[in-house]
Amino acid sequence: MPQGTFCNTTPIGSEEELKALLGDKGGAQYYEEMKELDVDSDALGALLEKTCQSRIHTWLEICAHCGMCADSCFLYRVNDRDPKQVPAYKIQSTLGELVKKKGKVTNEFMRHCVDVAWSQCTCCNRCGMYCPHGIDMGVMFSYLRGVLNSQGFVPWEMKIGSGMHRVYNAQMDVTTEDWIDTCEWMAEEYEEEWPGLEIPIDKEDADIMYTLNAREPKHYPEDLAEAAILFHLAGENWTVPSVGWEQTSLAMFAGDWAACKMQVESVYKAIERLRPKRVIGTECGHAHRATVIEGPYWAGREDGLPPAPYIHYVEWVAEALRTGKLKIDPEKKIKEPVTLQDSCNYVRNHGLAKATREIMSYIAEDFREMGPKREHNYCCGGGGGFNGIGKYRKERNKALQTKRDQILATGCKLVIAPCHNCWDAIRDLEEEYEIGIRWSFLKPLLIKMVIVPDHLKLPEE
Amino acid sequence: MIAFLTGPMLWVSLLVFFGGLTVRAVMYVRGLNWQLDRVAYKPHMSLGLRGAIHSIRCWLIPGGTYGWRQQPFMATGFFLFHIGAILLPLFLIGHQELLKMAFGFSLPTIPSSVADALTVLAIIGGFMLAIRRIALPEVRILTTAYDWFILGISVAPFVTGFIARLHLGNYDFWLTCHILTGEAVLLLAPFTKLSHIVLFFMSRGQLGMDYNIKRGGAKRETAFPW
Repeated sequence: MPQGTFCNTTPIGSEEELKALLGDKGGAQYYEEMKELDVDSDALGALLEKTCQSRIHTWLEICAHCGMCADSCFLYRVNDRDPKQVPAYKIQSTLGELVKKKGKVTNEFMRHCVDVAWSQCTCCNRCGMYCPHGIDMGVMFSYLRGVLNSQGFVPWEMKIGSGMHRVYNAQMDVTTEDWIDTCEWMAEEYEEEWPGLEIPIDKEDADIMYTLNAREPKHYPEDLAEAAILFHLAGENWTVPSVGWEQTSLAMFAGDWAACKMQVESVYKAIERLRPKRVIGTECGHAHRATVIEGPYWAGREDGLPPAPYIHYVEWVAEALRTGKLKIDPEKKIKEPVTLQDSCNYVRNHGLAKATREIMSYIAEDFREMGPKREHNYCCGGGGGFNGIGKYRKERNKALQTKRDQILATGCKLVIAPCHNCWDAIRDLEEEYEIGIRWSFLKPLLIKMVIVPDHLKLPEE
Repeated sequence: MIAFLTGPMLWVSLLVFFGGLTVRAVMYVRGLNWQLDRVAYKPHMSLGLRGAIHSIRCWLIPGGTYGWRQQPFMATGFFLFHIGAILLPLFLIGHQELLKMAFGFSLPTIPSSVADALTVLAIIGGFMLAIRRIALPEVRILTTAYDWFILGISVAPFVTGFIARLHLGNYDFWLTCHILTGEAVLLLAPFTKLSHIVLFFMSRGQLGMDYNIKRGGAKRETAFPW
């Protein structure tokens, strides 16, 4: 069968198509169709020829097969040191073969590549730090995902995810109306407790434009309210755009590069339209990576930078605490031992380890590091889309053991996770392994600890 | 035979070696693409070069990276072998005499006792790398006949040269073997994994640039902690 109804090389183009695909529960029909999907070897070969250049070609060629990357991979370690989980083996036996065979491969091989690319690598990029030749398997798996996607070989949830971006410009079906309603609703809801609280939409030339993760308006709008409260307390002149507010990119996990470009350009257009002094993104790792680190390249920006300075939430918090815009009540600091999850996407991929530690120094009395830490920290276990793919739930649950053991070793019951994906993985690991921990974003913790300036206090009854 | 090998054949080998590796290095840089690699090389060149140099330097120092520190056996084998593989071909007295004969100039030389020690250590290093390939499942799964060939051909000049140096057996035979294997390495380098002689610096440097330009090296006080 050349093309399936659901599993095919055509990206999602309309709401109807997206709903139909969503209706295929668990992707049952989708994965059946994938077994029959034809491989267009000519197109595949041409794509490899055009896009697999110097860097990846050399990496595949000069890999010394020394195996030094093995121990750097948490999936290798957690899967009883299975040699098939050695990063170099994983990439050589998939992308390496694809390149060697110039795309002349079977359907079965492509499906094998799908399994490896989405269930044996979270693109955490840790191996790249441990390879003497500087070979980054995470970068190559990211590339392989794009190559597989171009032939329709992509997990069902990933196709839905990038389809959402294509249809709604958001990873979930949050329309512009839904979004604006949520902003208004949240401002009203919290206004009584926080007099003067606003969520200003489309204010031009503000100091800050705030962008977020579609899950927030969709599933926990209080996160948006919390961001508003903290900006309010810090006295910031801020705004959110009516369009271009969604910072995440499931398309990046799916390897749908065209959708990545569409998504990030919507945010950049908002920046150009509203001309904020700078942009702050929410507590999310992959959103930061997509919009701030990789996005400029998808959008074709030669300087590799977004149209305005664009920082992660932890950078804003660290700065607000440092400059005294937000002041912590010493009595309310976290007294119990607390640890911190370093998100791969902004620590290893954007050097933000210092900002989070600076925050901890203000808010925690007994901060304990996980080992390894900072740039060397392990993936939460659910990165790169792993959290969301039902087909690989078993493998994902196994992968969570690394983080479980790291947390247990700290002796902490509270984990701060300023990333949606890490937050999810830690929630799931508690559900799966019941080690008695709690987890939190920074925003709700800060609101409990921060000193409210007199002029913003509720008038006494 | 030896006269031919140390005459025209040496010329050809050196030409292929240096010419070929230069071409590989140039091709590597030319093949880089800011948009495909997603690294803004040109606008942040100085930041990038700083990262490249830092990354290369860390990996050239024994114990200079987390990777080397975590795997002391591999690191020992690697450095023993590579220190000999760089110093001996360049500064061995015998090689310098050849150089003087052919080109009329020579580089400084290392004392023969040091050279002997380096040779033995390089052979031990090569042996350690071989042991890893057999003993560790994570390396065994990656190892192919090609890897054994590369390791074998790289260690061969040291073994044959040392046997000749000790005058064990037929001197001329072992000297011929030494020259042949040595020249084989030179000739093969640009076309095989041995191209890492130059491509290590390119690839390592490129990742150093990547991390410093884009992945936050610049947001740290110093460069990225390899």
